[in-house]
Amino acid sequence: MARKTLYKKTSVLTDKIMHYCPGCAHSLTQKIIAELIEEMGLQKNTIFVAPVGCAVLLYDYIDCDTVEAAHGRAPAMATAIKRTRPDHFVVSYQGDGDLLSIGIAETIHAANRGENITVIFINNAIYGMTGGQMAPTTLIGQVTTTTQKGRNPETEGYPIRACELLNTLVAPYFIERVKLTSSADVIKAKKVLKKAFQNQLDGKGYSFVEVLAGCPTNWRMTPADANKWVDEKMTEFYPIKNFRDEGIVKEASKC
Amino acid sequence: MADNEKVLIKGNEAIAEAAVRAGCRGYFGYPITPQNEVPEYMSRRLPEVGGVFVQAESELASINMVYGATAAGVRAMTSSSSPGISLMQEGISYIAGAETPAVIMNMMRGGPGLGNIAPSQADYLQATKGGGHGDYNLIVFAPSTVQEIVDIVYNAFDVAFKYRNPVMILADGIMGQISEAVSMPPMRDPADIPDWALGNGKNRAVIKSLRLSPDDALAAHNKHLQEKLAKIRKEVVQSEEYKCDDADYVVVAYGTPARITKTVVDALREEGLKVGLFRPITIWPFPYDALKALSDRMSKNSSSKIFVAEMAQNQLEQDVRMAVEGKVAIDSFNRLGGVNFDEEDLFDFIKKSVK
Ligand SMILES: Cc1ncc(C[n+]2csc(CCOP(=O)(O)OP(=O)(O)O)c2C)c(N)n1
Ligand code: SF4
Repeated sequence: MARKTLYKKTSVLTDKIMHYCPGCAHSLTQKIIAELIEEMGLQKNTIFVAPVGCAVLLYDYIDCDTVEAAHGRAPAMATAIKRTRPDHFVVSYQGDGDLLSIGIAETIHAANRGENITVIFINNAIYGMTGGQMAPTTLIGQVTTTTQKGRNPETEGYPIRACELLNTLVAPYFIERVKLTSSADVIKAKKVLKKAFQNQLDGKGYSFVEVLAGCPTNWRMTPADANKWVDEKMTEFYPIKNFRDEGIVKEASKC
Repeated sequence: MADNEKVLIKGNEAIAEAAVRAGCRGYFGYPITPQNEVPEYMSRRLPEVGGVFVQAESELASINMVYGATAAGVRAMTSSSSPGISLMQEGISYIAGAETPAVIMNMMRGGPGLGNIAPSQADYLQATKGGGHGDYNLIVFAPSTVQEIVDIVYNAFDVAFKYRNPVMILADGIMGQISEAVSMPPMRDPADIPDWALGNGKNRAVIKSLRLSPDDALAAHNKHLQEKLAKIRKEVVQSEEYKCDDADYVVVAYGTPARITKTVVDALREEGLKVGLFRPITIWPFPYDALKALSDRMSKNSSSKIFVAEMAQNQLEQDVRMAVEGKVAIDSFNRLGGVNFDEEDLFDFIKKSVK
């Protein structure tokens, strides 16, 4: 009996075994990205900017041209790459420490210039790579290695909501937050990422996709509990929704 | 302006025009005095030739934009002055580690801290001995006339791309502000995207500075970098000697102090003193061999002396001492805090010292 192939790993993913921990959202997100790159025929034309953080080895898994940025500077690099080589598809992939703490200026200014790039933001509410310290997105009361009694807003302030923050700017074209905790969520996230990719191909401008992501290792949870925590705790503060589709530049310029 | 025709142009604008003619198609910078004419000129000039100008949000962003553009094989540069260059050091280290080219102009001003906006040479050690983390060196050129700025900038992109190493042009603030007649070299087409660059269309490119693998990858990479730097030491080093052949006294100086020194050399020779000027044109690599040969000859006369004239505290002097190896007495003439000196100051200093 002939066997039917129902699922095949995309050739855009290398055969290298990912170093991500079990249940880590980086691996699933990168798989989706790689599938989209294949489906959209972008492999030869893509330039990734990898962050400093757990995803620094992105180029080991996704078989596209990649440059490794300094911590937080990926949007600046992506800006220059896209501007000087506009025929390429440029993706900046970043964690929360990278994008919202050390690199918050680069994040806001690339968005504010409306750079025609796609930014993928992995929000796991913690510093993964350095071993679980507080991130700008760490929730109030969340225990990390540097907030051992839980994040206290009086001394550590409140978590920053990236989508909401960028949504105050005029220039961005597309802003959406997704999660990956169920199959339906994954299918939805893939559609959102596809849109964010297509926007760049169509020259629409800055597209931002935030992925609520589990870091079971540093959250000290099983992957299943981490999923539950994303669904129950993270979405409460970080609602899953589209913040902006198709830009607001036209309306804003009427003001 | 036509090719090779003499034009009167300010140092900062000459940098920008020479870069465009050398095929620079990306400029990324953040305003800081005394070099603002560079971004201002680039903002109107680059779009005329299909290039990209971005006023970055900070020098952190500027240098990383340069890193992005050059990683993608495009000739790109930034310019700044001392505090801004300090902010760029992490990025410069990444560029050196990842072996991408870059051209960085430092129009030095007085420090430390916010200091002042007057000309200075106090970033010599930062430029030549590191600045950022890790074992690397910048190739550092130190022009002393506007024409030399033009020639050096025009060549800098070739050097940076040839060796895949960042190049710095180090000048004191006066160099950016003076206007001089220069002949501008012809407009060159931007070079093709090199095979190692992102989006080269031939092979997959991964540009990175992280080398975690346990098989001594980072040690091997460092060895490779050092071999490259050794080659650069031999091939790029440049210096000028002015009236040094019979000199008993030699002043070592670069940039504006070197120009002032030339006048002082002539004036002292009129008084019967055999004085010369040794001027490093590259300060990394430093012309140790040329200065050593000169000081070896001078050491035969026990009353000979070397003067180091700089707008910094014994920074250039450290390299001079390494070249001279204690064979000739050294006297230092330092002006600190963004204070330039005039001819009389140096003239009197040397006369007093050789009595
Ligand atoms: C300038 C600098 N500061 C600090 C670090 C150390 N560092 C590496 S990754 C990281 C944080 C990573 O957290 P995040 O961006 O949230 O990514 P994750 O690992 O969670 O995916 C830090 C602080 C560094 N590499 N460079
Ligand atoms: S530490 Fe966290 S973010 Fe890093 S790989 Fe493990 S689960 Fe993923």
